[in-house]
Amino acid sequence: MVSFSAVAKRYPGGQEALKSVSFSLEPGELAFLTGRSGAGKSTLLKLIPAIERPSAGSVIVNGQNVAALKRGAIPYLRRNIGLVFQDQKLLYDRSVFDNVMLPLAFSGQAPREAARRARAALDKVGLLARERSNPIQLSGGEQQRVAIARAVVNRPALLIADEPTANLDAESAARVLEIFVAFNQVGVTVLLATHDQALVECYGKRRLHLEAGRIE
Amino acid sequence: MSAWLRQHRQALGSALRRLGVLNAVVIGVALSLPAGGYALLDSLRGVAGRLALDTQLSVFLHPEAKRAEAEALGKLLRADGRILRVRFVPRDEALKDLAAVQGMPEVIEALGRNPLPDAFVVTSEPRSLEALAADLARLPPVAHVQADAAWARRLAALAAIGRLAVWLLSALLGIGLVAVTFNTIRLQILTQRDEIEVSKLIGATDAFIRRPFYYLGLLQGVVGGAVALAIVAAGLWGLNQEVAVLAQSYGARFSFTFLSPGDASAVVLFAGVLGWLGAQLSVARHLREIEPR
Repeated sequence: MVSFSAVAKRYPGGQEALKSVSFSLEPGELAFLTGRSGAGKSTLLKLIPAIERPSAGSVIVNGQNVAALKRGAIPYLRRNIGLVFQDQKLLYDRSVFDNVMLPLAFSGQAPREAARRARAALDKVGLLARERSNPIQLSGGEQQRVAIARAVVNRPALLIADEPTANLDAESAARVLEIFVAFNQVGVTVLLATHDQALVECYGKRRLHLEAGRIE
Repeated sequence: MSAWLRQHRQALGSALRRLGVLNAVVIGVALSLPAGGYALLDSLRGVAGRLALDTQLSVFLHPEAKRAEAEALGKLLRADGRILRVRFVPRDEALKDLAAVQGMPEVIEALGRNPLPDAFVVTSEPRSLEALAADLARLPPVAHVQADAAWARRLAALAAIGRLAVWLLSALLGIGLVAVTFNTIRLQILTQRDEIEVSKLIGATDAFIRRPFYYLGLLQGVVGGAVALAIVAAGLWGLNQEVAVLAQSYGARFSFTFLSPGDASAVVLFAGVLGWLGAQLSVARHLREIEPR
């Protein structure tokens, strides 16, 4: 599903975020990406949907070499990847429902089918009753669940989340994680970055530990 | 309905929601100047054309010239290569024309006889008009050749200057329209920064993101063009109220006419194209700056 080989990423100015990263993620797998703040977790995740390009090495996603992808092909790559960010990146000028509808507008879904899918996604994260609310009225944990609904509404095979629980209390964090586990159980490949070691250990899943720009 | 059509409809809807009335009015006011100027000039040109003075000579014969002499002269004129058209105006007919003018029958009555000579109205190339007038004046039965070209030429020159001014104004305000649209779209892109960034992150193509802005520029131009036409129509209507009173005092009938349907649609089309161009320039310049990090 995802395969990194000898990936390095240097930012302009000489800062080296990743030195040589190699790992691969099988379809249907759930893995935690751990490491201190600033270890390069976000950088690594950003390489997968081509938000950043590697300085060296290759990043293969769904059989495509992302590093060599043309600019025009990137949107189509991203439609197959569900992205969840630490700051949910929701739009506060529209309802929860319209936020979840956003990705469906690009792919040109028929309105009725799109609305059905958006409601199904909201139902899965337990927020169907709040579809008319503005995201600003929701708690941090609920906003993160809206972001997850938006990430999965196009039914991607791969779900990537960068510190989705960082700003949440323990109860909300557990609930958000359960949602990711539930998606994994129906076959979605999930890669979750977190610095919360305790959380990772209680799930007993595969762990990729990033330190000094390498995966141990 | 196909996905492509649906996306265009969505973009158009989004552009309609963001269309600023004030911007359209600004564009409309700016465009109403050249459009109105053009309408005025066009009406004046209609008058000048009706008088048709610019290439015509009136050739008056001696009052005592015989009809045979007149016919001989007519043959001569028709043979002249510089002359395009010849129209003979017999003195009786000229008197009848004169009698049709308000107040004239009384005057003619008082004269007791026809004071008008036979005449020819000669149309020629504008270039050879002066020389032709001089030649014709030397012919025996000709009493007087009147070239009304001088003031007609002055009027034409003035009209030409007016037309040039209208074109210059159009060009300047056209650039203004592009600049106004450029700036509107820039501000719009800034206000929608979050939406654009998120859309790029979750798989929107560049075309999808640009489309509403193109529509916005186009619509703003088209609505601005329509506002300009409305302003011109209202202005001409007001002007015509006064002009009618003035013309009537001269016993004449004149009014400024609105732009022809072709010209009116050209104004709207021109404004739309320029708005689209402004949007295109702005989007090319500013959308690139928003890349998710």
